[in-house]
Amino acid sequence: MSIPLSWFIVLAVVLFGIGAFGVLVRRNVLIMFMCVELMLNAANLALVAFSRSLHDVGGEATVFFVLVVAAAEVVVGLGIVVAIFRRRQSAIADDLAEMGG
Amino acid sequence: MNLLAAVTIPDVAIFVLSAALSLAGAVGILVVKNPVHAALSLVMTLFGIAVAFIELQADFLAAVQIIVYAGAIVVLFLFVIMFLGVDKREDLSVEPIVGQRPTAAVLVLGLMASIIALGFIGHFEVGPQAQTAELTGAAGNVADLGRAVFTTYLFAFEATAGLLVIAVIGAVVLARKPDAPKAAALVEEGGQ
Repeated sequence: MSIPLSWFIVLAVVLFGIGAFGVLVRRNVLIMFMCVELMLNAANLALVAFSRSLHDVGGEATVFFVLVVAAAEVVVGLGIVVAIFRRRQSAIADDLAEMGG
Repeated sequence: MNLLAAVTIPDVAIFVLSAALSLAGAVGILVVKNPVHAALSLVMTLFGIAVAFIELQADFLAAVQIIVYAGAIVVLFLFVIMFLGVDKREDLSVEPIVGQRPTAAVLVLGLMASIIALGFIGHFEVGPQAQTAELTGAAGNVADLGRAVFTTYLFAFEATAGLLVIAVIGAVVLARKPDAPKAAALVEEGGQ
């Protein structure tokens, strides 16, 4: 008998919470990005755990597509960070506030 | 009903190892100042999640997790950090918006508590199981996953190919120097 589903779900929830806290609190754009990756991974863990629990391959296929989308997101996001840095010489989110009211 | 009676010691050991690795890495991302150290903490978290995938018998996904995340995405992060030279240390001791951290902590703890409470209190009805395909498990699930991706999810698979091409083109356009035509014109003038 393997580990119960609930253990993995609790782990995934805690990882997601840490990632969300990081996005809310940190100001370096690159570290906020890493926290988003952390949240994606927590969701992946929950998907794989449910997939195993329900004996359905759909969850694991979804994780496969999430990985691809995460890769695309990182490529475009880091491209945006590079473009911002070229213009502003800063990767701190608070410095990018000229559109604020 | 004793929950612990049903699980074996090696399973628990592997789960505890993966949870410790991933949680330590996650807290590391949260507290370190240097982005390079944060990227290395991210590798630790991703490795811990890969261990959890192996415990869940998702062998293919564990391998892909290591190759794509730890191998490609984190290297891309490190490349950008070093390319830009943004190891300017963020000052974590000051709180730019008053009360931001307690508010964020309360919101996140509320989120986590409500999800966990829903999981334990709620009663979930799932439809017929194994709708997509039976997950046979024991000998690895590469064949199951491959069959699902190339039959049931074929359209999504093709769409991700398009998405990746768009992402690559977008990254090239974004990372190009903004005044490239002007610079090319200058070079041309210098040549004449």
